[in-house]
Amino acid sequence: MQDTIARHTISALVDNEAGVLARVIGLFSGRGYNIDSLTVSEVDSANGVSRINIVTTGTPMTIEQIKAQLDRLVPVHRVSDLTVEGPHIERELALLKVRSSGEKRVEALRIADIFKARAVDATDRSFVFEITGSASKIDAFAELMRPLGLVDMSRTGVAAISRGPDEI
Amino acid sequence: MSNNTMTGAEILIKALTDQGVDTIFGYPGGAVLPIYDALFKQNSIRHILVRQEGGAVHAAEGYARSTGKPGVVLVTSGPGATNAVTGLTDALMDSIPVICLTGQVPTHMIGTDAFQECDTTGITRPCTKHNYLVKDAGDLARVVHEGFYVATNGRPGPVVIDIPKDVQINRAEYTAPEKVRHKTYRPRVKGDLEKIREAVEMIAQAERPVFYTGGGIINAGPKASSLLTQFVRMTGYPITNTLMGLGGYPASDRQFLGMLGMHGSYEANWAMHDCDVMICIGARFDDRVTGRLDAFSPKSKKIHIDIDPSSINKNIRVDLPIIGDAAHILEDMIRIWKAGARQVDPARIEPWWRQIDIWRARNSFGYEKTDKLIKPQRAVEALYEKTKDRDPYITTEVGQHQMWAAQLFKFENPNRWMTSGGLGTMGYGLPAAMGAQIAHPDKLVIDIAGEASIMMNIQEMSTLAQYKLPVKIFILNNQWMGMVRQWQELMHGKRYSESYVESLPDFVKLAESFGAVGLRAETPDEMDSLIDEMIAVDRPVIADVRVDPTENVYPMVPSGAAHNEMILGSESGASEVPQATDEGLALV
Repeated sequence: MQDTIARHTISALVDNEAGVLARVIGLFSGRGYNIDSLTVSEVDSANGVSRINIVTTGTPMTIEQIKAQLDRLVPVHRVSDLTVEGPHIERELALLKVRSSGEKRVEALRIADIFKARAVDATDRSFVFEITGSASKIDAFAELMRPLGLVDMSRTGVAAISRGPDEI
Repeated sequence: MSNNTMTGAEILIKALTDQGVDTIFGYPGGAVLPIYDALFKQNSIRHILVRQEGGAVHAAEGYARSTGKPGVVLVTSGPGATNAVTGLTDALMDSIPVICLTGQVPTHMIGTDAFQECDTTGITRPCTKHNYLVKDAGDLARVVHEGFYVATNGRPGPVVIDIPKDVQINRAEYTAPEKVRHKTYRPRVKGDLEKIREAVEMIAQAERPVFYTGGGIINAGPKASSLLTQFVRMTGYPITNTLMGLGGYPASDRQFLGMLGMHGSYEANWAMHDCDVMICIGARFDDRVTGRLDAFSPKSKKIHIDIDPSSINKNIRVDLPIIGDAAHILEDMIRIWKAGARQVDPARIEPWWRQIDIWRARNSFGYEKTDKLIKPQRAVEALYEKTKDRDPYITTEVGQHQMWAAQLFKFENPNRWMTSGGLGTMGYGLPAAMGAQIAHPDKLVIDIAGEASIMMNIQEMSTLAQYKLPVKIFILNNQWMGMVRQWQELMHGKRYSESYVESLPDFVKLAESFGAVGLRAETPDEMDSLIDEMIAVDRPVIADVRVDPTENVYPMVPSGAAHNEMILGSESGASEVPQATDEGLALV
C-alpha cells in the first residue's frame, strides 16, 4: 500500500515572474520526480498570477514531498493536489493529423464524429482533428486513428480544476 | 524625475545599511565597479577583501553562524559568481542566511556571451533559497529588502541578487524597508496548539524517550537553546544533537549523550534505536543520522518539529509533525507542561537511564593512550581543556578531524560551532573562521583542520594578514585524506588510491610567508606547549600537529548498515568490520 505508485494532478498558483517555470521544472528534475504533463498560463493578469498544472506519478510519500517542495518555492502561493482533495475535472486539447485516402478516410471521419472531434483543416489527402477531453479519451482516439493514417499529433497537456464552488 | 534619485549603486549601499549590514565579504571586478565606487565613498559598511570568491561566501557563513545575522557577499559577474556556487550550496544545505550580490553585464548585453557573462540566476537557481535578476534600478531597493526577508525568515538560506552594471549606474528613487512586504511568503512560526498538547502528552508518558535536536535549534536563536535546555531538564530525559545542532544543549550536562549518527556515540545511536518516543526538533533525519532507513528506530513514536514542511516525512515517516519555529513551539510546550503540573516519575525512566549508562560505559569515543605518538583525539581534547574557559569559536574543515572535533570538543552554547554539515565542503573552515573573527574581534577563533582540507582555501591566509585577524589554524596533520583512507582501509581492501597527500608544504614556513606564526609539534609534550603558545600569541597561527597517520574515527556506522550496527574502536571492545555489501558500497 505504502509503495503504490499513483497518478496525481497537482495545481499551483505562482507569481508570473521570470524563471518561475524553470524553478518548478528544476525542482522536478533535480529531485528525480516525474512530469507526465505540464501546462502553464497566466490566470490573473491584474495580480500577475499564473497557474501551473502538473500530472505526476509517485508513491504517497513522494507525492507529499512534491507538494511540500513546490510549496517551499518562494514565488509559489498555493499548491493543491486535486487528486486527493476531491472531485475535479481534467481536460486536454489535442490536434491530430490523419493522412489517408478511400475507406480509411471515411472511417476516420466516422470515429471523429463518435468522439465529438472536429475537423479543423482538410485537404484531399488529410484532416486535422481537434479533440477535447480527458487524457485517456485522447489516448483512445489516437489509438483508433493510428491505423487510419495518424502522422502528427500535438497535445496541450492537462488543465484541471476542482468541482464545486470553492476556489483553489 | 524628482531630485531624490540616487544611482543603483548608492541605492544598494543605502538598502544594505538600512538592513543593518556592517560587513561585506567580497572581491571586485568589472561588473561591480560602480558598487565598489559607492563603497569607497561611505563609511558605514566595512568591506573585507578575500582572495577568492569561494572564501567570501564561507566567510559570510562564519559571520552568520557566529552572530545569527545574515552574511553579505559581493562578487563580480561570470567567474566571480561561479566561484561562489560551492559556498551558496553549502549555505543552502546548512540553512545559513547569506545575501550574495553578483555583478552582471549590462542588461542590453545579457544573452550575447559578453565578456565575463554567465547565466547567474540560471546557475544558482537550484543552490539558493531564492534568486533575483534586477532589471530596473527602481526595483533594486525593494528586491534587496525582500531578499533579506526571504534569507532570514522561515528556514534560512542563501539569496542571490544579480545586478547588471547599467542598473548600478541608472538613477531611481529609494524605497525604505518598511514599505516593502513580500507578496506571499509567510512561513508559519507558531505551532498548532492541539498538536503541541498531544506532543506534551506523548512526552509525559514516555518510558524510553530521547530528544534528537539539530541546526534548527541554533537557527531559531539563543532563546531556543535556553528553552530546549529548560525543557529537557524539566523532563530529565536524554538528549542527542546532530552535527549541526551541537551547542544547542550544554555538552557537559549528564543528560547529553553526545552527537549521534555515522560517527556518533554508541549510547546516542542505541538510544535512538531503542527509544519509544523520539522528540526531533529542527533536524531532518539525514542519511548520516538514520543509517539504513528500514531499520531506523523501529519501536518509536516520532514527534517532528520543523519550520520547513518539506522536511516532514521526507526520509522517515513520523507520527506527529508540528510545523513552526522551534523557540515558539518549545515555549508553548513548556507552558502546557507546567500548566498540567506534569512530573516525570523518576522510577519510570530509571531503567532507561540504567540501560543508557551501560551503553555509555563502552566509552565509544575512547582511544589508545600513548606518549609515543600524538593521537588526534588527544589533540582535540587538549585543545578543549586549554581553551574552554575562553568561550572559543570553533570551525572545521571536512573529514576525520571534523568528526573528532564534533565528538570531543564540548560546546556549552549555540553559535560557537561552525562546520560544513550537509555539503561537506573541504576548505570551509579557514574562511568561516575569518568571518567569525571579523564578527568577534576579541574572541578566540580556532579552525580545527586537516592538512588536505586546509590547502583548498589556503589563499585566505593573505586575508588574515591584511586584516590582522588572529585566527588559529590547528592542523591535525596525518599526511592522508584521512576519511578517504579510512573508507579505503575498511571497505576497499586497503587499496589507498590517491589518498596520500604528496609534497605537502612546510606549514611553518607557509605561515611565516603570510606574516603568521608557524608552530609544529611531533610529540604529545610538544603539542601541549604548542597549544599554550598558540593561544598566547595575538597573531594568526598555523599549528602543524603531526598526529598518528593510521588512526580511524570510531564508532562508525558503515554505509548501508542500521544505525545501531556500529564498528567500535579497540578501546571500546573493537567489533568485527562487516563485509561491505554491494548496496552498501554504492552509498556515499
